[in-house]
Amino acid sequence: MVINEFKMTVDSRSVNESFTRATVSAFASQLDPTVEEINDIKTAVSEAVTNCIVHGYKNSVGRIYIGVKIHNDGMVIITIRDRGCGIADIKKAREPLFTTLGGDRAGLGFSVMESFMDKISVRSTINKGTTITLYKKISGRAK
Amino acid sequence: MSVKLEFNDETLLCKLNGEIDHHTTLPIRLDIDERIESCRPQTVVLDFSNVTFMDSSGIGLVMGRYKVLNELGGTLEVTGLSDNSYKVMRLAGLDRIANIKKGGSKNGNQ
Ligand SMILES: Nc1ncnc2c1ncn2[C@@H]1O[C@H](COP(=O)(O)OP(=O)(O)OP(=O)(O)O)[C@@H](O)[C@H]1O
Ligand SMILES: [Mg+2]
Repeated sequence: MVINEFKMTVDSRSVNESFTRATVSAFASQLDPTVEEINDIKTAVSEAVTNCIVHGYKNSVGRIYIGVKIHNDGMVIITIRDRGCGIADIKKAREPLFTTLGGDRAGLGFSVMESFMDKISVRSTINKGTTITLYKKISGRAK
Repeated sequence: MSVKLEFNDETLLCKLNGEIDHHTTLPIRLDIDERIESCRPQTVVLDFSNVTFMDSSGIGLVMGRYKVLNELGGTLEVTGLSDNSYKVMRLAGLDRIANIKKGGSKNGNQ
């Protein structure tokens, strides 16, 4: 059961990378997460939002839609969506070290999200956009 | 995010400060590469003691400097990693290309 929900829309400008990860982790902090759990959420959100900016809206500025749902069992579900270029081959994109940008991109964003979250799901349609869903159960400091 | 560069004894020490993400790494990386180019250090030390956050952009920063140094014949060291930064670095297998050390208890819990 969802006990609290939060939605935000931001421009795909790189200054918003720190703003969005701080905001989402602040919302999740009502579950009294450990320092490590908060860092895991910050890091995964940073990866997903950065991907919207550098890949989804490569040569333009669009909107990034973020939703966070908190469930009564401590599950946090975060969706991060863009209406950008989409991913041609999701399986390939999720492979470690795969990147279409090069330069100093390591191709490890999806690997970071997968290992820092309990589960992630990726839905994408070419020229329509991409939705990333991040699942993380917060055990919390109290337990 | 900022970086302080100190060149001493053939070693370029890069003291990183703040949060490392895609937005903040570009200017830092240009600063560091420019100094590597002009000083030709034998060793470059990336000091993460004052880094409060990093995502995969930090991996890119380390891997990119490794490539630059590899061409010029220098070695790379990474020091002062917090638990979170260490977790990200290890995932990338960066311990195989650079000498990677965790920070002391002072910053081990960011
Ligand atoms: N929102 C998105 N829209 C379009 N393509 C995407 C999106 N997110 C990821 N991709 C594609 O998936 C690939 C892998 O993403 P991943 O985050 O793992 O690596 P990266 O962003 O290239 O590098 P890094 O995250 O390590 O800096 C990207 O190179 C890109 O081609
Ligand atoms: Mg990425």
